[in-house]
Amino acid sequence: MAAPFTAEQQRRFDEEMEKILARFPEDRKRAAVLPALHLVQDMLGWIPEEAMVEVARKCETTPEQVREVATFYVMYFLEPKGKHVIDVCTNISCSLRGAEKLLAHLQEKLGVELGETTADGLFTLREFECMGACGNAPVLQVDSRFHMDMTLEKADRLIESLRAQAAEKK
Amino acid sequence: MAHRILTQNWFKPGYNTIEGYKKEGGFSSLRRVLAMKPDEVIEAVKVSNLRGRGGAGFPTGLKWSFVPKDSPKPKYLCVNADESEPGTYKDRVLMEQDPFSLMEGIAIASWALGVHTAYIYIRGEFLEQAEILQKAIADCYAEGIFGKSILDSGHRLDVYVHRGAGAYICGEETGLLNSLEGGKGWPRLKPPFPAVSGLFGCPTVVNNVETIATLPTIFRIGPKEYASLGAEKSGGTRLVCVSGHVNKPGVYEIPMNLTFWDLIHDEKWCGGIPGGRKVKAVIPGGSSAPVLTAEELHVAAEYEALKVKDNMAGSGAVIVMDETTCMVRAAWRISKFYAEESCGQCTPCREGTPWMERILRKIEEGHGEPKDLELLVSVARAIAPYPPIGLGTTICALGDAAAVPVQAFVMKFRHEFEQHIREHRCPFPHPFGQLAEEVVRQ
Repeated sequence: MAAPFTAEQQRRFDEEMEKILARFPEDRKRAAVLPALHLVQDMLGWIPEEAMVEVARKCETTPEQVREVATFYVMYFLEPKGKHVIDVCTNISCSLRGAEKLLAHLQEKLGVELGETTADGLFTLREFECMGACGNAPVLQVDSRFHMDMTLEKADRLIESLRAQAAEKK
Repeated sequence: MAHRILTQNWFKPGYNTIEGYKKEGGFSSLRRVLAMKPDEVIEAVKVSNLRGRGGAGFPTGLKWSFVPKDSPKPKYLCVNADESEPGTYKDRVLMEQDPFSLMEGIAIASWALGVHTAYIYIRGEFLEQAEILQKAIADCYAEGIFGKSILDSGHRLDVYVHRGAGAYICGEETGLLNSLEGGKGWPRLKPPFPAVSGLFGCPTVVNNVETIATLPTIFRIGPKEYASLGAEKSGGTRLVCVSGHVNKPGVYEIPMNLTFWDLIHDEKWCGGIPGGRKVKAVIPGGSSAPVLTAEELHVAAEYEALKVKDNMAGSGAVIVMDETTCMVRAAWRISKFYAEESCGQCTPCREGTPWMERILRKIEEGHGEPKDLELLVSVARAIAPYPPIGLGTTICALGDAAAVPVQAFVMKFRHEFEQHIREHRCPFPHPFGQLAEEVVRQ
């Protein structure tokens, strides 16, 4: 199995894991599995099988157990995703303030089905459950950061600015 | 504005920094508590009649008193910041506006319970809020509020933030513990209760964010005074978070005797319904709570008052739907959530939640048959017959949370379900209401 990390990433992984493991009792290293998976995703953008083996080794558990955790939680990506993940809440409070329209609008604008990534690899669009910002509905998150009181116009501007940012970096 | 004892400093510039918090008298309650014996602190919390603000409303002092005094094992405090009940966002705003009340509350609880390690389990989606807490914790270490000897008392306390990764079930306290131990968030059979055998098999108290953040207030104004502000069995004030079809959605600190009708309509609070429309239905305590009709809104938003009506104060999430909203659509959307979030451990919930969702979708899309309504209710009853609340057949309350609202919607708005079936269509031009049409086009 290929190594999941570059030498630089491995160094960061080892360093951060040491800090994470220090939060738990010596004989309870498995408790670090969730933070470890967040760390992997932070570095690689998703969680490949090889990285799960690495997490299991650090947390003194089995790759099977790590896989069980990685597949249980919706925030972990088990395949590569777009540069930005847009999660649109359509739960009751957001839907009462137009979330379905917002989601349909974004789908049309990006030209993707739910769960899909745009051809340029820039956006993955997902329908999401309640995010806990219901007083500012409708809401969406880009890469786990909130955008509240959304309108169709604000959504357009958001997409344009993210596109512009990406173009600048090229 | 009514008497505010918890939120009076929210949105003041700088209050959410440690300097700002200290300027308003922050950490004086902790000093007071550290001069008391731990048992006296637990007793005081009992006297205050503080009830858990996460959903179940269990008396906090009583929960604390279940922790064995003579256990040789370490004890843990877990703060439940996995706020995920649809409609609920009070803890998020609290963590943004008042992170140091939470920090001070953690220190107070740790002294009372003999805890040296506390974890704040925060839902993964609250990334920015986790960063706020991380910073607040670092500030507290720097000021000696946490660390080897908190405020030179000799009491050691370490506090860590632990991020979830997207699973509603982890808000259930034993699901939270399994998640914190590095597993999937499957709830545990009780007993043993966490107070006896919780995190890593050790005595553990799991308390909601608002519950813990209320402790400094209780010791500032005094537990008796705190109790006297509330109702007979529910001390103090409480936070509600209102969403949906109101003019002023938001987090409000309300007196326990405020009715839902006044909360929604009074200018002091939510200021009525947009467009002057009438309210049709209100979910009083998060999407797990049975829906109330407009006629039922003259009940106080308080634990016991709701309990006698076979309802619940829940997580404080008040979801308002006006007269243009389709109740079948609302029930379907809520039911879709529970079908998605059922953890898969217990058969009635794993199989029943998607089944209810499919029947509701069928009715909403105009394909419903007369027998579907009875089938829907029978599936719901097999998970948790309602009323009353609490007869569920599953390990945790997610089954109840999914089955109870479905039965309440059918019971109270049966005519709408029957109309859908009779007319083979949804009769509402905009199923989520007129406002859903307007608001995103602004």
